[in-house]
Amino acid sequence: MIAALTRSRLFLRVMMGLAMVFLYAPILSIIVYSFNESQLVTVWSRFSTKWYAALLHDEQVLHAAKISLEVAVLSASGSLVVGTLSGYILSRFKRFRGRMLFSGMVMAPLVMPEIIMGISLLLLFVGMEQMFGWPQRDVQTIVIAHITFSTAFVAVVVQSRLAGIDVSLEEAAMDLGARPGEVFFLITLPLMVPALLSGWLLAFSLSLDDLVITAFVSGPGSTTLPLVIFSKVRLGLNPEINALATVIILAVGLVSGLGALKTMFKMVNSKKEDIPEDQEKCVSPA
Amino acid sequence: MIKQVRFLGSPKPGEGRRWVIAGPFLWFLIFFLVPFVVVAKISLSTAAVSIPPYVPLISWNNDATMNIALHFGNYHFLLTDPEYVIAYLSSLRNAAVTALVTLLIGYPVAYGIATTRANLRGPLLMLVIMPFWTSFLIRVYAWIGILKPNGLINNFLMSTGLINHPLDILNNQFAVYVGMVYAYLPFMVLPLYSCLEKMDHSLLEAASDLGARPLRAFVSITLPLSIPGIVAGSLLVFIPAVGEYIIPTLLGGADTLTIGTVLWNEFFGNRDWPVASTVAVALIILLVGPLMLLQHFQSKDEPS
Repeated sequence: MIAALTRSRLFLRVMMGLAMVFLYAPILSIIVYSFNESQLVTVWSRFSTKWYAALLHDEQVLHAAKISLEVAVLSASGSLVVGTLSGYILSRFKRFRGRMLFSGMVMAPLVMPEIIMGISLLLLFVGMEQMFGWPQRDVQTIVIAHITFSTAFVAVVVQSRLAGIDVSLEEAAMDLGARPGEVFFLITLPLMVPALLSGWLLAFSLSLDDLVITAFVSGPGSTTLPLVIFSKVRLGLNPEINALATVIILAVGLVSGLGALKTMFKMVNSKKEDIPEDQEKCVSPA
Repeated sequence: MIKQVRFLGSPKPGEGRRWVIAGPFLWFLIFFLVPFVVVAKISLSTAAVSIPPYVPLISWNNDATMNIALHFGNYHFLLTDPEYVIAYLSSLRNAAVTALVTLLIGYPVAYGIATTRANLRGPLLMLVIMPFWTSFLIRVYAWIGILKPNGLINNFLMSTGLINHPLDILNNQFAVYVGMVYAYLPFMVLPLYSCLEKMDHSLLEAASDLGARPLRAFVSITLPLSIPGIVAGSLLVFIPAVGEYIIPTLLGGADTLTIGTVLWNEFFGNRDWPVASTVAVALIILLVGPLMLLQHFQSKDEPS
């Protein structure tokens, strides 16, 4: 019996270990070979940082990076607003007409194939431009598209945070005469700050990463970094791309990843840990 | 348990609420729902050398009569052209195989994390989600370096003398499967984990007290209880995988046909927007069922 138990435990450990190798080996290989001097990407010659230097002089890459950052900041901020409202509505307004439709529309972009969202948004923009003369295809159309797909992620984070905030706190404020707007801005919003931060970071990194939707809705003057990378990568391996990839992995993967992951796994564990902890916190000042 | 939040300050209860809902609702109506209508409309047009490159459905004659011309030819074309039929079937197969393999790998991983010491669960789960945060494009690109003829795997196997000729493992169906399983694994592990973690482990103890062997207890207790997680994970992998474009393009071969690549080529290569729209509409129709199923499972999962 005990032998069997440890054997199954061992099996699970081995599977977990292999999965981690599977998940991380490709990322590590990119980082390691970005310091390879040879033009032949997978044949190691010697340590060098020359591809990073080349990167700094690549005007196309630098320009695209600037546009990508601009789009990411704008769309992350936009999806923070729309996503916070959507998450709040889904979490606090349990019954209203069209709730099913609303939650479907908010959450569908989580799984909707990007290629469908890309073509449908582009055709909408083209149709709107014909009818109203707006919008031109440039940064603004990319931002609108990115807000539309990354709002779902913000909404999920906000919703799970709200599930951990005791409603009686908001009810108490209202009983004491606070208006709904005051309750939201003075009570609910401050309690959501960690979720808002990780929602913004998540939207930021999703925007920075998006290729397919951007390819459809971008205009000639608004080439983002993933579009540049993709056009280079299609031609084969490129050591400069390894260096660029390493920079992106370190920047996005570590800075935004670590901060937001904390709430992500809290979200999964929320039912167990979040609620009692919050109640404790919330009860004492009241 | 949760009573509706009442708006004491507003003149009519629910008046302010309506305005709060209106904003995001309109946003998604305009930028998510209406676009599908536009795609459906343009799928009934034909390509033309103009800007935008399709024939408008509605035209006005001089004598103020309106002509509406709907072409259903694209749909007929889609159903009869073997290239499209093959693309659809192989996309469905890719997505199904990906969902199955990620389930086979992801289940033990999720189960292992859910049954490990409580203080290790968070960090382990974090390790699984972390790759999702780094660029998708770059992670797929990494596999080119690993799988190509003088890539990491082949170099390693050649140096150990196990093989004399490099294995042909890039730019074919195998590479597409590897890339898709790799990219979608976290989507499977997360819902499985949250399902397995909530499970009451005293049930397993009871089963073993009653003499059930671990395997028997797993099959008759853990597995049935985790079905919601299995369904949710499979759908979260299957639905986006059907329309995947980047992986088949970078890792697939010349003969790799998927809906994603076909749509992309019609749109950007042939500039045939109506046919590309038709391909998209057919894909949406295909996904309506799985999407409804997912929505059903998620709304059931919600508290209250």
